[in-house]
Amino acid sequence: MSKDVAVLGVGMHPWGKWGQSFVRYGVKAAQDALRDAGLRWRDIQFVAGGDTIRNGYPGFVAGATFAQALGWSGAKVSSSYGACATGAQAISVARAHILAGLCDVALVIGADAAPKGFFAPTGGKRPDDPDWLRFHIQGITNPTYFGLYARRRMAVHGATQRDFAAVKVKNAKHGLHNPNARYRKEVPLEEVLSSALVADPLHLLDICATSDGGAALVLSSMDFARKHTTDPVKIAAVSTVTPVYPNTIIEMPNLATDSKTGVGLPELGFKESIAHDAYEEAALGPKDMSLAEVYDLSTALELDWYEQIGLCPPGDAEKLLRDGETTIGGRIPVNPSGGLASFGEAVPAQAIAQVCELTWQLRGQAEGRQVEGAKAGVTVNQGLFGHGSSVICTV
Amino acid sequence: MKTHVPAVDGLFTMDPPEPRLLGTRCRGCGTYFFPAERTFCRNPDCDEDALEEVHLSRTGTLWSYTSANYQPPAPFVAKDPFEPFAIAAVELEAEGITILGQVADGVGVEALEAGMPMELVLRELYQDEEHVYFTWNWKPTDGAVGGA
Repeated sequence: MSKDVAVLGVGMHPWGKWGQSFVRYGVKAAQDALRDAGLRWRDIQFVAGGDTIRNGYPGFVAGATFAQALGWSGAKVSSSYGACATGAQAISVARAHILAGLCDVALVIGADAAPKGFFAPTGGKRPDDPDWLRFHIQGITNPTYFGLYARRRMAVHGATQRDFAAVKVKNAKHGLHNPNARYRKEVPLEEVLSSALVADPLHLLDICATSDGGAALVLSSMDFARKHTTDPVKIAAVSTVTPVYPNTIIEMPNLATDSKTGVGLPELGFKESIAHDAYEEAALGPKDMSLAEVYDLSTALELDWYEQIGLCPPGDAEKLLRDGETTIGGRIPVNPSGGLASFGEAVPAQAIAQVCELTWQLRGQAEGRQVEGAKAGVTVNQGLFGHGSSVICTV
Repeated sequence: MKTHVPAVDGLFTMDPPEPRLLGTRCRGCGTYFFPAERTFCRNPDCDEDALEEVHLSRTGTLWSYTSANYQPPAPFVAKDPFEPFAIAAVELEAEGITILGQVADGVGVEALEAGMPMELVLRELYQDEEHVYFTWNWKPTDGAVGGA
């Protein structure tokens, strides 16, 4: 049985700091996705919401919140959370319902209204919560982890701060013409290097901002799609893997890794396993991909992902970047959307937005940033507390 | 005279100058946990639920490091005025664990280099009317020089 589901419609609310409710961003994205699919809200049988944890109770039950805002229609509902991987969780639930024959057509929505500055844990004294503990007892923020990975990359692979800055330069160029991007301005290398040092060796412009935004997908069975369109973009795989014990690379929000003592190491590290699982499911490999959307929470993390999703062997990411292979026009453009560097992060919307970009690229509709002849693309992302997220789309 | 106490109980011993992190070790498979896991072994192939309290090694090797140049938000209690600090990830060889911690006062990133030996020390985190609250820090082992 084919595991394909069709992407009938995509929609986004532009990223930014708009000062409005996340519900508004999500509904706008959903309406655009419905229009793109040529369907009405009443046609949707299942709605999958991606939760936001910074917007009160409506955010914890995002599926129902969006359904109510669009107008109670009796559609079935789910609400999921997986930190940065929330969008993939929502996509996975909708896709599973379609593949199981429990519904024909589903709407996936994620949206966020984000605070300024560092993400902080929710209130109260909770020593048993690693997210509370790391802030309280060591002052460890999210950029701390980005800085540790970047310094490690410099020590092991000889990366430089200029290499990291070059990722920002590339992504800023890619995002220039993306109408949904928050930052649409070229950033010279020197500007990145002269921006404030936040988490050594990373500067302010190496680290992604937090943004408001919303993204939505209309997904359907292939049978349903055939009645509405020809040659839709398909989702060929969704990976939502967890790590395999022991997870020996330090990971947000933990203060320590698992122990290597007394147990064998897994064949693949966690980050390597995320896209690997999607490739296996789609029966495709990195060489089959025309483009990739990776989670560049920091510039240095984008280089790590090149290797972790198999675009090049470990240690070669800097060369791949310098050779222009990951720029639009190169062998395997990465983040043609402009990535988080151009968007900032709207947590529950981001993994959905990655699939919106793949869809526009595979349809040939990515105006001003089109990857010519794109046939397949992969997204990758990781949510804290062990959420893998990777989606492969094909035409 | 204020009492010296850990900022959070059960993570380390208050034994200057040689504090120890408090972990647990599975009696079945031998794997370690920090912070201490006291309910069941998290190795998926181990059914043991007998976990013994252990003091982890005080020394390890610097895996990587970074800095906090901007004040972290609450529940971190920052000094006023805020002073940037370095943060280290240190690998403990015997336990096979990498543990994060601030780097001791006065040691900045320029003095650090991956692979250098580090040791555990205590440092004041904040105080109130009655108590001085402590946490653990990593410090280059005496004589270790990095950033060459």
